[in-house]
Amino acid sequence: MTETLTPPSPKDEVAFVRRRLTRSERIAKTLSGAPFTAKLGLLIIAFYLLAALFAPLLSPFGEAEIVGPPYAPWGGENLLGTDQIGRDIYSRLLYGARNTIGIALAATLLAFVIGVGLGLVAAIDRGWIDQILSRGIDVIMSIPSLIFALMLLTISGSSVWALIIIIAVLDSTRVFRLTRAVAVGVAVMDYVEAARLRGEGLGWTIRREVLPNIMPPLVAEFGLRFCFVFLTIAALSFLGVGIQPPNADWGTMVRETANLLQFARFDLTAGLTPMLPAACIALLTVAVNFVVDWFLNKTSGLRDDK
Amino acid sequence: MTNNAPSDLLLNMRNVEVEGFSDRGWQPIVKGVDLTLRRGEVLGLIGESGAGKSTLGKAAMGYVQPGCRISGGEILFDGMDLAKLSDAEKRKIWGRRMTYVAQSAAASFNPAHRLIEQTVRSTVRESVMPGGEARDDARGLYKALSLPDPDNIGDRFPHQVSGGQLQRVMTAMAMSPRPDVIIFDEPTTALDVTTQVEVLSAIRKIVRETGTAAIYITHDLAVVAQMADKIKVMRYGNEVEEAPAREMLNAPKEAYTKTLWSVRSLRAPEKPSAETLLSVEGVDAGYGGGTKVLHDVTIKLPRGRTVAVVGESGSGKSTTARVITGLLPPSKGSVQFEGQALPARMDQRSRDQLRRIQMIYQMADTAMNPRQTVGEIIGRPLEFYHGLRGREQETRVIELLEDIELDDTFYDRFPSELSGGQKQRICIARALAADPEIVLCDEVTSALDQIVQEGILRLLMRLQEERNISYLFITHDIATVEAIADEIVVMHQGKVVEQGDKQSILTPPHPDYTQLLLSSVPDMDPDWLNRRLAES
Repeated sequence: MTETLTPPSPKDEVAFVRRRLTRSERIAKTLSGAPFTAKLGLLIIAFYLLAALFAPLLSPFGEAEIVGPPYAPWGGENLLGTDQIGRDIYSRLLYGARNTIGIALAATLLAFVIGVGLGLVAAIDRGWIDQILSRGIDVIMSIPSLIFALMLLTISGSSVWALIIIIAVLDSTRVFRLTRAVAVGVAVMDYVEAARLRGEGLGWTIRREVLPNIMPPLVAEFGLRFCFVFLTIAALSFLGVGIQPPNADWGTMVRETANLLQFARFDLTAGLTPMLPAACIALLTVAVNFVVDWFLNKTSGLRDDK
Repeated sequence: MTNNAPSDLLLNMRNVEVEGFSDRGWQPIVKGVDLTLRRGEVLGLIGESGAGKSTLGKAAMGYVQPGCRISGGEILFDGMDLAKLSDAEKRKIWGRRMTYVAQSAAASFNPAHRLIEQTVRSTVRESVMPGGEARDDARGLYKALSLPDPDNIGDRFPHQVSGGQLQRVMTAMAMSPRPDVIIFDEPTTALDVTTQVEVLSAIRKIVRETGTAAIYITHDLAVVAQMADKIKVMRYGNEVEEAPAREMLNAPKEAYTKTLWSVRSLRAPEKPSAETLLSVEGVDAGYGGGTKVLHDVTIKLPRGRTVAVVGESGSGKSTTARVITGLLPPSKGSVQFEGQALPARMDQRSRDQLRRIQMIYQMADTAMNPRQTVGEIIGRPLEFYHGLRGREQETRVIELLEDIELDDTFYDRFPSELSGGQKQRICIARALAADPEIVLCDEVTSALDQIVQEGILRLLMRLQEERNISYLFITHDIATVEAIADEIVVMHQGKVVEQGDKQSILTPPHPDYTQLLLSSVPDMDPDWLNRRLAES
């Protein structure tokens, strides 16, 4: 009855320990577990990026070069025909990827820098700074964004920079809302309080304690926002205030070749010509959404447990 | 319960195995356990978390959580093997002949429906009683469970009653269809001691009166002593031993059971009195503009000693800690450190003033950033307060890890890869890294199992001896207080009821509230609840 009992060592307590994977192993593991749609989406995105990067190498003609008669049919020297002043459609599609994706990416990134930054400040402050920012953003959001953008672009004139900044500011309102909402939940966690009690400054608290814990929804939002920005640019270009001629852009290309639609009953490929840039827009949007859906499912812990 | 007629045998689980799916494939959770339950019998299932007791309790209903499966054995309930029945067939038994009372009643009620409708739902659906009769019966059950205003309380919504009341309503819900078996899964763990007694006596009374068989899952030995006819101890998914309650409490056979039992014997050595390091002087404080939470609170904390602040939830214990840290500036009074008033607000305090008062939280889970490794978590205060970087910092972190009885293999782990006790140890190390003079411990052990709790308390006591740290130990658990405290402060409704050294507070005569608090703490004696009910 007098046996002595050694207390169990805390090191032996059962815990869930995984072997630490290197970054490349982790990425490989994640990718191999992705569903088919996500893989397809990634493949399509990669394809677009390559096309955008290597547009000058892949395209037989220059972006603004007039190479033949207007409205030349498909085949022959111009693979997908020419537009209303005789520029090669195929080349312009490739350059269009470059312009549209480049501007969309820049605008989305800028929107996130503004939106996430202000959203985090508002979430941690929760005082009058939060009130001013939130109400100000409510005001901006109450104006339909396409009309607002049209108005601002009319005032500023449409340069690439004006386009990027205006779209970024308008879209940052949505990013602000999301960031503030998720960051408020993280900002009340004990570890954030512990950091404040330690005397850490606002910058450190945001960067090290809050930001890493709200990344998953932000990354997913980035994908979705990118699509919307992309569509906004295409819409603005279609309306004539976006990317200016002679630069190629898919939205503009739809408008410029829209006349060809009426010839579809004589030559199907002529009718398809204005559909090509539209299809490019649609396909990229679908692909990005596939990837975002997968990512959202993964990070929100919704899994098919079968 | 000596009647061994075979017809008496209600539930017979033989060699039951349950597996759960994880990254490493199917892992066993319950590894072949037998369990029998006779009509009217109460079985206590105890063990640490992860022992498989909840999983076994649910398996008794033929239910497993998503991602788990029953991989072996049979569960005979009244001649049917629940392990083999289809879900549709089991659903006829669940909510009718077998019911379940969950740990968190608040999470188990639908907030959009009135309590009485939820209480009688399965009774009416299974046509045990017609609606009107079932509602009358439910009111009777509310009365039997000593709920206030039993005739009308059922018309309220879940958020309109307290946690203890909700837990009793849930028991009424489980009783309503007059089941053969009720599974209680830690029904009082989330409650205050004073509320716990009410719920325990209500549950026991009604189980005895109706002759319902029950499986009572808990990690609190004193609770199981009051409730159970026989006790089964579980560990790592295996049965350690099973015996009638009295026999088990008086003479446990297995070494593991004995360690469980011995946890309650931890006592801090008595220490001479010391000079006051920190004092809270006549503090009033409240949240927002409106409600005042603290009324004229005065607490003295001597150097190198432990002052335990006890009281039920809402008594202002944690608010006091927030005032001391400067998170909540008081509306009246001040906090004195070594005789000098500390600035009321945290952001007016110097880095050195912040360093000397550290805090450890109740939920170690939320107190650590899940995206930082242990090395980063402990390393940051070293860098922030002491300017240690690089190799120097790493060496110091490993020293601290060894101080808290872990080692350098933990350096690269994330919090999700630690057990509950290990997490709390890391939080202690983070506080130590600042080299503090005062550590505020806010319910640091209440989320842990008893054996792990004891380890943490021993660690805190050792560190106090080595470093002469003062602890302000906030808790509602009197057993913990008896173990670690030098002085005790009793708080009730934002006021200090009394402060004094442990001996004088724990020996009668007591003020009324202290008396209530102390008498609500269950003893290991199976007759304790009877005695207490007889007294009141």
